[in-house]
Amino acid sequence: MNWSVPRIPLDDWCDAALDWLTTALSDVTRAVSHTVSDWIAALTALLQLVPPPVVILAFGLLAWRVSGWRLAIGTMLGFALLWNLRLWDPMITTLVMVVLSTAASIAIGLPLGIAAALSARTWRIVAPTMDMAQTMPSFVYLIPAIPFFGLGPVSACFATVIFAMPPTIRLTALGILQVPSEMTEAADSFGTTRMQKLFKVQLPLALPTIMAGINQTIMLSLSMVVIAAMIGAGGLGREVWSAIQRLEAGRGFQAGVAIAVLAIILDRITQQVSRRVQPR
Amino acid sequence: MTPLAPVNFEIGPGSTPATAAPVDTRPALIEVQDVSKMFGDRGAEALAMLAAGEDRAAVLARTGTAVGLNHVSFDVAEGEILVVMGLSGSGKSTMLRCLNRLIEPSSGTIRVRGADVTAMAPGVLREFRRKTFGMVFQHFALFPHRTILGNVEFGLEVQGMAKPARRDSAMRAIELVGLKGWDARYPSELSGGMKQRAGLARALAADAAVLLMDEAFSALDPLIRRDMQQELVELQRRLRKTIVFVSHDLDEAIALGGRIVLMKDGAIAQAGTAEAILANPATPYVARFVEHIDVASVLKVGTLTAVPPCVLRPGDDPAAAADRMEAMGCDSALAINAAGRLLGRADLSALRRVPAGQGVDRAVQPCARVPASASVKQALPVVAEEAEPVAVVDDADRLRGTIDRVGIINALARQSRRPAQEATAP
Repeated sequence: MNWSVPRIPLDDWCDAALDWLTTALSDVTRAVSHTVSDWIAALTALLQLVPPPVVILAFGLLAWRVSGWRLAIGTMLGFALLWNLRLWDPMITTLVMVVLSTAASIAIGLPLGIAAALSARTWRIVAPTMDMAQTMPSFVYLIPAIPFFGLGPVSACFATVIFAMPPTIRLTALGILQVPSEMTEAADSFGTTRMQKLFKVQLPLALPTIMAGINQTIMLSLSMVVIAAMIGAGGLGREVWSAIQRLEAGRGFQAGVAIAVLAIILDRITQQVSRRVQPR
Repeated sequence: MTPLAPVNFEIGPGSTPATAAPVDTRPALIEVQDVSKMFGDRGAEALAMLAAGEDRAAVLARTGTAVGLNHVSFDVAEGEILVVMGLSGSGKSTMLRCLNRLIEPSSGTIRVRGADVTAMAPGVLREFRRKTFGMVFQHFALFPHRTILGNVEFGLEVQGMAKPARRDSAMRAIELVGLKGWDARYPSELSGGMKQRAGLARALAADAAVLLMDEAFSALDPLIRRDMQQELVELQRRLRKTIVFVSHDLDEAIALGGRIVLMKDGAIAQAGTAEAILANPATPYVARFVEHIDVASVLKVGTLTAVPPCVLRPGDDPAAAADRMEAMGCDSALAINAAGRLLGRADLSALRRVPAGQGVDRAVQPCARVPASASVKQALPVVAEEAEPVAVVDDADRLRGTIDRVGIINALARQSRRPAQEATAP
């Protein structure tokens, strides 16, 4: 086809920007990369050091505390299955990455969500950015992560945070905006400052919604951490990835089941937590 | 020695009901002057149109701006219950929220104890809300994540009061509204009436001078609503709070017993006591508004009194008095002492039997009486029992006049005729 309109070199711009960023921020990214990979390694090593039965029991206790014996038994059976399938160490690696990514997502997403709820201008910037972050194919984040942080779990976590953070931001903002106007009016009528209103009324009432957002963030983290095996993240994702490469259907299915079990356990536990913070 | 009437006590102008509201001499706590509120982007333009005499519909059509309040002015006296009335959309809730600036008025001034609320900077306003206003909401607006105690102490907590002190104050407020023992419960565990008691306690805890109550009892069952109204009146009598009460219910306004500001389309249609509004509706709209009201429960006996033709006073000669009564066609007469206090009633025959040289008081028997502040409804059973006109007395038991069945029937007939006529007038 004969184009009379020149093509917009979006890819070149993006590459140029990325190149510039990589060199300009190389000191920062290198430092971050080292720190985060040290954390991941240390946490993973620590958890792998603990005998699996202890970890299983600890999760069982947690499940029993937040819900009851049904969830506790389910949780312990699930982890026991993973242990039996000899997938314990990859599971720990995946779990550590999920936990770290989720922590980072909350640390960044919660304040952003609050800011978006309280200022319409912030919302106008944050909302489309989130839409883009979530609709972009998740693999795309993996590519720029590599020049920043190199192959490995740090890049995986970086991509995961970008992919998994939007629900926390969105539902935090939604939760605050959904607080009945009567409540905020009552708070105002008693002369609250903006911060008092936020911490005494808006956040407590938004907490169930925020927890639902965090639950989604955890689920998205898990799915992304698995995909991130393609850039050397390790963990359960690597099991799937190598099974694909060697066309080992059985091994792939086994790893898939392991991921599903971990996902269900994490989901049920966080759901129970969000149910417990429901205002009466 | 002679005259039985005229008498030396004040009696109102016969059976004509009082029309003018009693002049309130208490100092104004809140002064609302010319307050308007426009909802929309072109408020200034809308204000100019209103000033030029255009109506709400025209303003809305041309500027897309809804007129919430249209040049509203009224005063609230210290310690009174003022009821702001009107149908939904009349601007009554908007008016209430302008007082503490939950809604920002577009123009006009609101002064509380002389301080201009409309000109306050955010920090000053916040402090003012904490110290001056307690607000009660239609749907309670209790914080579901806090206990009743946590809700009631909210205002004090926001003020930064130390925990033990604010607990004490909150517990006192909880006791005041009759919720003792419920402080550790959550709002969801309480019935509607109890929730609103908690809402009231929350507004009272900070000991603010003014209570703003937005349809506070409208969401309650009729029976509980009536209880709450009575309790509020009693609380007010005890605590001397100034209350601005928004309601769409005229019966409620009458039960609360204060002055009424009746609003329509964002402007004041009429202001005054329930009796005054009922007696003299300013517009056909007001007349229709008060049409269904049970006149008997609003009309005060004191406004319907007639001058008794025969009254016995100390020192009257029984025989002369009896002659006089006979001449005037009285079978009996009320007797008062020198201070005007009602002593009782004396029959003509009893007067005749009084031995010469003795006073009229020998013939006086105790008699029924009704207070002037009682409603016609309250007085009816007494009046129905008595053959003679019943004595009406003031707080100090001084005779103010009499009331009889005919007078009551006439007054009720007059009241129920008037609004119907005006409403059907073109």
